[in-house]
Amino acid sequence: MTALRARAMVSPGAVPRLPKHVRIQFDPVRQAHAVLSPEKVFWPNEISLDILRRCDGRSTVGAIVAGLAADYDAEEEAVAADVVAFLQEWSDKLLVSL
Amino acid sequence: MNETLLPPIGMLAELTHRCPLQCPYCSNPVELLKANRELDTETWLDLFSQAADLGVLQVHLSGGEPTLRRDLEQMIAGLSARGVYTNLITAGVGIADGRIEAFAKAGLDHLQLSFQGARAQTTERIGNHKGSHEKKLETARRARAAGLPLTINAPIHRHNIEEVPEFIELALSLGAERLEIANVQYGGWALANRDALMPPRDAVERQADIVEAARERLTGVMNIDFVTPDYFATYPKPCMGGWARDAFMVAPDGSVLPCHAAQTIPSLTFERFGDRSLAEIWTGSPAFNAFRGTGWMQEPCRSCERREIDWGGCRCQAMAIAGDAAATDPACVKSPIHERMAMLIDEAQRSAAGAPKDIPFVYRRIGTVTEPA
Repeated sequence: MTALRARAMVSPGAVPRLPKHVRIQFDPVRQAHAVLSPEKVFWPNEISLDILRRCDGRSTVGAIVAGLAADYDAEEEAVAADVVAFLQEWSDKLLVSL
Repeated sequence: MNETLLPPIGMLAELTHRCPLQCPYCSNPVELLKANRELDTETWLDLFSQAADLGVLQVHLSGGEPTLRRDLEQMIAGLSARGVYTNLITAGVGIADGRIEAFAKAGLDHLQLSFQGARAQTTERIGNHKGSHEKKLETARRARAAGLPLTINAPIHRHNIEEVPEFIELALSLGAERLEIANVQYGGWALANRDALMPPRDAVERQADIVEAARERLTGVMNIDFVTPDYFATYPKPCMGGWARDAFMVAPDGSVLPCHAAQTIPSLTFERFGDRSLAEIWTGSPAFNAFRGTGWMQEPCRSCERREIDWGGCRCQAMAIAGDAAATDPACVKSPIHERMAMLIDEAQRSAAGAPKDIPFVYRRIGTVTEPA
């Protein structure tokens, strides 16, 4: 079962989700949201957390960008660049599936 | 103590020292505990619950071979109910039918499977166990079929360093998300087998190039963690991310330790869970406070700009090579005895070259070393 995998690239139509080995959890001890993965725990800032929460396996990257631009009252173009860069980095680390 | 004390994030639980394999670099102590010294189910569950209260977010279930504990499913379920991320570290040999599926059902988040070689012959020789390679392949397949994410762990030394490219292919073929190329750390059993295990310098250099190229090539496909070999290093590893800073481990008998080799430091005494609560041990144990933060450091660590990057390196390696647990880790180029590392590498190469065949391993066994009366 050598499924030939390839690096996934972020596109507006891609539908990101958190893979099974990654989850977001509120930690009552530290009063912060943690991202748990096999070896590491990440402490995302507010914007990163907003992006990751929208990686629900239903929304496209385009829809996520539009939603964030509306929420933050920002230009879609600027938001898109940040979101694409963020998701590509997380996808490259296998922390987000596309 | 004037350092800020934060809650721990990670915990390594060595549930048992029993193991079907006898790897000569095992990270368990040389004096292994028998089954009758292991904590019972209730005590482990209580310990896990206290760990979650304290702020632990990840528990690595290890051993020995943790699946030899028949109550492992209960432990996973207990941790999972508290939202703790569970990682099972297994040799993948002799796991009964249906158990991997049961671990997944109990809420296991991730499985880490060791391979002693990328070739069957190497795996069998290093672990001293016939048929182990095939059993491990089967464990990997069953884990994937049960939907469990998979890391392949490859401990690297003289006898398998040339198999690194094959380890990468093996991990890919098994559908692993992650591969650890982990050069053996010379404490405990590995220290007893150092001359037999120490790789030659040119092989170490080739390995680094191979891993770097594979990481580049496999970006977004498989993560490769590279645990570099200490003896060839310029700067030491921040062992445990700093002594008692955000992680700890628990031995099969409930001894709570800052790292798995801490018992090799004779000046320290350790406390057992049950005699004191986990919170009391984390905050108040003299062994935990001995090397916490930077206040204990001597020169050259004390004034070094890397003191909060490396945290002085490994205390156990300082003990083993410098004879002083508070010394700079000799892996560091700034250590006054750093040259000793190169001498030990050369010494190992000379004795390996001088041996008629390979230097025989001291295989890990319970009772190999006489227990103190």
